[in-house]
Amino acid sequence: MKALLDLLFGDPQADRSVPQTGTTARLTVFVAAVMAFLAVIALAVSLTTNRVASLWAEELAQSATLRLPADPANADALLLAALDVLETTPGVSRVRALSQDEQKALLEPWFGPDLPLDALPMPQLIEVVAGGDGYDAEGLRARLSAQVPGAILDDHTAWREPLLEAASRVRLIGWTVIILIGATVAAMITLAAQASLAANVRVISVLRLVGAKDAYIARAFVRRFTLRAGGGAIVGTLFGVIVVSLMPKGDASGSLLMGVGFEGAEWLWPLLIPLLAAIVAFFATRAAAFRRLKEQT
Amino acid sequence: MIELENVAYGYGDNALFSQLSLTLAPGSFHFLTGPSGAGKTTLLRLCYADLRAMKGKVRLFGEDAAALDRDAVAMSRRRIGVVHQDCQFLDHLSIAENIALPLTVSGRANEAAGNLQELLNWVGLGEQADQLPPELSGGERQRAALARAVIVSPDVIIADEPTGNVDWEMSQRLLSLLIELNKMGKTILIATHDLTMIRAAKSDVSARVLRLKDGQLLQAGAEL
Repeated sequence: MKALLDLLFGDPQADRSVPQTGTTARLTVFVAAVMAFLAVIALAVSLTTNRVASLWAEELAQSATLRLPADPANADALLLAALDVLETTPGVSRVRALSQDEQKALLEPWFGPDLPLDALPMPQLIEVVAGGDGYDAEGLRARLSAQVPGAILDDHTAWREPLLEAASRVRLIGWTVIILIGATVAAMITLAAQASLAANVRVISVLRLVGAKDAYIARAFVRRFTLRAGGGAIVGTLFGVIVVSLMPKGDASGSLLMGVGFEGAEWLWPLLIPLLAAIVAFFATRAAAFRRLKEQT
Repeated sequence: MIELENVAYGYGDNALFSQLSLTLAPGSFHFLTGPSGAGKTTLLRLCYADLRAMKGKVRLFGEDAAALDRDAVAMSRRRIGVVHQDCQFLDHLSIAENIALPLTVSGRANEAAGNLQELLNWVGLGEQADQLPPELSGGERQRAALARAVIVSPDVIIADEPTGNVDWEMSQRLLSLLIELNKMGKTILIATHDLTMIRAAKSDVSARVLRLKDGQLLQAGAEL
């Protein structure tokens, strides 16, 4: 706590020992602001992907489709047998046979609105919604093959897994970008700190002449760069949050491209960015300062 | 206080001295003379651990300087006040802030308030406290450097050509300040070319005069 208070409030007299250098100060603030802005965008994309992927996974995991063979002569018998099997299966909460209009609507994007559905041998589709811990898909398939030959249960595994895999990769890319932004901030702060230390060789020499310890000299640089990076990151985060809040909202279907943003408690995540920027700057400057002071012995 | 025992130092292939010994006893007063390039400044820097001896031993307050880490060297420097020929100020700080710097870096800035004005008056800079170092004359800067060297009441004061940039009257004034400090028990080592200052001092203080030439440190005698 004392270290934190020292960092925040410092020793004004000690801070004055090292002259202000305008270029490196402005550069540090600018870089921190830009990187924080990019981090907010990357965070928004990552969290949105996470949210949409969860939504998709949940929806797809809860529902399945049973497709009955296209046999117009036995269509009703097959439907009744299938409904009987489904309604007596533990873990199935709701079953519903799709109407002709609903099936027509599903085919419309491929075949157009004038599809003569009555004239075609169409398989009957039944929507199966799981409840509680779900049902035993393999057991249900076995019962269906015995009582409704030719019926195919599609539990959307083939759809769900690639979607989740893609979402997971987008999320990974988002976090990788945030880590790279952190590394870039560390590199830029290190360069700026090294430039500042190199420009103040004489100051360091005088401070040492009068008995300053390395920690005292380093602290003047560390505090300055930590506050600059933290301050710049606050500005960048603020802009980032404003931009994210102005982005178009997604629809209820959970469209990724239309719904980048934060929801609920996710709005608190960007608050960590200035803090992390300050922590990165603290350690980067501290390492650069002690390395330089060791070399300048 | 400070001991050099068979110390060697040089730059590149040019050895300044190979077996040099010197002891600064508590309360002693030493002048160090010699031609330019003989190594006077190097010898002084060895005395406050700004350089490390290539051979031999340097002891600061009983501690082997070679074994001191950087923090320990900093602690030793707080017991040694150094006056450089070029003063070595931080030009963005006022004279008062520069003089108080040894207290600031040792976490004793609150002690500066009372002592500082007294010290500024003692060196005749009471009116120049808020001026920046480049705004002062050479003599004023030398006196400010001396004030900075003594503000923490060090045991030893090392001065490198403290009268190099000042007129005779100012050099006498600086010398009398150093003699006054010696009478207060401080150990003084002054490197100088100024033989008139040495002669003037010998009437007021029991000073030992050393001459560094050709890598040898000899006791100077009657020629002074």
